[in-house]
Amino acid sequence: MATVHGIDTGGARPALEASSVSVFYGDTEAVRGVSLVVPPHQVVALIGPSGCGKSTLLRCFNRMNDLIPDARVEGRVDFHGQDLYEESIDPVEVRRRIGMVFQKPNPFPKSIFDNVAFGPRVNGFKGDLHEVVEASLRQSALWDEVSDRLGDSAYALSGGQQQRLCIARTLAVRPEIVLMDEPASSLDPIATQRIEELIYELKERYTIVIVTHNMQQAARISDYTAFLYMGELVEYGPTQAIFTNPREERTEAYVTGRFG
Amino acid sequence: MTLPTLLRPGDGVAPAVAPVSPDPGEPPRDPLDLSRGHRRNFGERLIAAALFVCAAASTLITVGVVVVLLRETVGFFAEVPLTAFLTDTRWEPMFQEKHFGVLPLMAGSFMVAAGAAALALPVGMLSAIFLSEYAAPRLRRVLKPLLEILAGIPTVVYGYFALTFVTPAIRMVFPQTDIFNAASASIVVGIMIIPTVSSLSEDALRAVPDSLRQGAYGLGATKLEVSTRVVVPAALSGIVASFILAVSRAIGETMAVTIAAGNLPNLTLNPLESIQTMTAYIVQASLGDTPQGTLVYRTLFAVAMTLFLITLAMNVVSQWFLARFREEYR
Amino acid sequence: MTLPASGLGPDVDRHDTRRRMMGRAFASLCALATCVGVVALAVLLVDVTLDGAPRLSADLLTSFASRFPERAGVKAALAGSVWIVSLTAVIAFPLSVSAAIYLEEYAPRHWSTRAIQTNIANLAGVPSIVYGILGLALFVRALGLDRSVLSGALTLSLLIMPVIIMAAQEAIRAVPPTIREAAYGLGATRWQVVRHQVLPMALPGILTGTILALSRALGETAPLIMVGAVGFVAFTPSGLSDQFTVLPLQIYSWVSRPQQGFHEVAAAGILVLLGLLLTMNAVAIVLRNRYRARL
Repeated sequence: MATVHGIDTGGARPALEASSVSVFYGDTEAVRGVSLVVPPHQVVALIGPSGCGKSTLLRCFNRMNDLIPDARVEGRVDFHGQDLYEESIDPVEVRRRIGMVFQKPNPFPKSIFDNVAFGPRVNGFKGDLHEVVEASLRQSALWDEVSDRLGDSAYALSGGQQQRLCIARTLAVRPEIVLMDEPASSLDPIATQRIEELIYELKERYTIVIVTHNMQQAARISDYTAFLYMGELVEYGPTQAIFTNPREERTEAYVTGRFG
Repeated sequence: MTLPTLLRPGDGVAPAVAPVSPDPGEPPRDPLDLSRGHRRNFGERLIAAALFVCAAASTLITVGVVVVLLRETVGFFAEVPLTAFLTDTRWEPMFQEKHFGVLPLMAGSFMVAAGAAALALPVGMLSAIFLSEYAAPRLRRVLKPLLEILAGIPTVVYGYFALTFVTPAIRMVFPQTDIFNAASASIVVGIMIIPTVSSLSEDALRAVPDSLRQGAYGLGATKLEVSTRVVVPAALSGIVASFILAVSRAIGETMAVTIAAGNLPNLTLNPLESIQTMTAYIVQASLGDTPQGTLVYRTLFAVAMTLFLITLAMNVVSQWFLARFREEYR
Repeated sequence: MTLPASGLGPDVDRHDTRRRMMGRAFASLCALATCVGVVALAVLLVDVTLDGAPRLSADLLTSFASRFPERAGVKAALAGSVWIVSLTAVIAFPLSVSAAIYLEEYAPRHWSTRAIQTNIANLAGVPSIVYGILGLALFVRALGLDRSVLSGALTLSLLIMPVIIMAAQEAIRAVPPTIREAAYGLGATRWQVVRHQVLPMALPGILTGTILALSRALGETAPLIMVGAVGFVAFTPSGLSDQFTVLPLQIYSWVSRPQQGFHEVAAAGILVLLGLLLTMNAVAIVLRNRYRARL
């Protein structure tokens, strides 16, 4: 029932493929039968009004919904040809390959260095931690600001810096896909802009799926946009098409600001 | 760019995996194996099992208490009929002519508890109202820990205080008072449980949302009216829970009453006389050398069982009130 | 300055002055009630200090109990208390914290979890003497440990475990869920999240709760009487199977004697006990503040 424009993966296997994914919290169905394909090395934005299920859907992609006692997921999420929800799959392994950045920056109460090093450490990394930490901080455009104070507490950083620290922390485990749940919504406009620039740079190395309630942001940074409403995928396609030439009436109503 | 075909785990062919990012020190990436790592999984499960055992051990404690008490109590009631235990008005298990009525002991416990409650419940609740509704935050920060100290003082100290200060003071006013008397114990236990009432009640009062107060003030109510007619009723479950818990503590109190109230089982309503509480009897019986297996030995358990059941019932009721309170405000 | 009459009429206005007076009386009553507790504390402390301070001396700490009050000291009792409390800490702390971790981080939403939780809350309210009886039947008799330091410590451990578990649970619950989310999101296992994130953050609260529970254990008398601590001990314990006495018990046996001299030394013993408790609680508070500053 969703209207899906042509998605061009350039002949490569999709980074992620969701097939009829539904999520239930107790008896409430928060996500209803969503199917979409995430092309590799692209930015896919999930947009929609509050409560439409976009964060819930995002959390399906790295099995974070497992942590919620009442949540139940149906359907398939294919990653490298394997269904992430198969019995034998270990969610811990999934999360090492599909990382997540959260809405409010949530650095650990440790030093900047230990924050970034935590992921590699718990994953049994045996190499040079300093190199990994520096590389990750460079990738998240934070290195120049903190290179001389890696031992300082992460809480000494500003909000925008903390979020970039959280991004560096996620990148340090070398995921393939980075999921972002409204990463800039608690930041000021300048910090937001820096995050957006960062996302643009990151897609060279990673595939990014970002949830945002800010339509202009989706229009600015994403290659593909999926519009969700009341748990359903309404329309999905190249960002250009969704914003300038939507095929569904509801999509058009939302992107022109008539509701939500 | 085509992604290399990655095989399912268990296939024997090693794939050619292109690293996603060619950075130094990258952890060697296995062919995509998302299945549960066996060794690590075993470790995790072992830890979870060990932690569970520790938690479940707490149920063993309760089982232990019940079994230990039950065994000897059953033996006791094989020789002494339940009716005699509950209705006889004399407790003289070690005299020639034995009597096993638990009423004097229970009366002693209840009298001390009632006296303590008469002191602690009003004082505790009014203190709680003061700390929650009237006191400035700085004053509160000083007073609340001071009251908490009362709860931290060991009971022997209260016993000493009762014997050497409170009893002489009472005797100045009522010269006919025995040296060991219930009133002294009541006062001291009352002081001891003030913090139980005040702390829990204060927590309950402070949990009441400010919006309720603002609404009442907005209608022109005075502080007294807001406190007593809006806040206290809203916090009532929590306050009642604190009352019951405090009385339960008073009943279970041992050393202070042993020192101050005496060792004379006495079914009386006069607080100026010597009495013996259930707890004091248990101490007395165990200080003497009662051989195992005798009836006197079993009285210890019968009385302990009675005490256990009473305090358990009160605690369960108190927990119920607390749960009701939390439902409303969490 | 008087306000104009209220719209509700003159009866309400007359009522107002009475209301104000009652309000002030009530406020005074509440303040007075609070003073009762504080004054009682002060009177108690002053009374004990006046009675016991003259008897405080180095001799008090180095002498054993004696038939003669002038020569009596707390050496055996002090050593016994230190042994008992230390051993209790070693036994109770790991077990209690493990149980708390399980209940907060691992336990599924199942009726069995609620049952364990309720049971612990009830155990916390059981009178301490009942634990003494359990200790007597289980450790002294059934396990044959007899009247020993080990029996005493095991009994007190049972007593304070529910208290520590509840305090530890609160400390663990106070760790923000966002921290856990972030750690799980990085591919950490449950134990890794607990060990590297939750426990370090909860530790100050857990330690404070433990020290408070231990200071309660320090003041306990009745359970140890049941388990066989005796009033007259002329040696300090040197092994787990030795007999022992503890400070509160020594005080009790002195208070029970009629001679005035014994009451004085009892008061001095109380001062030693209170001094120990004060130190323990001060350590707890310092610990809590230091860790809070670090975060």
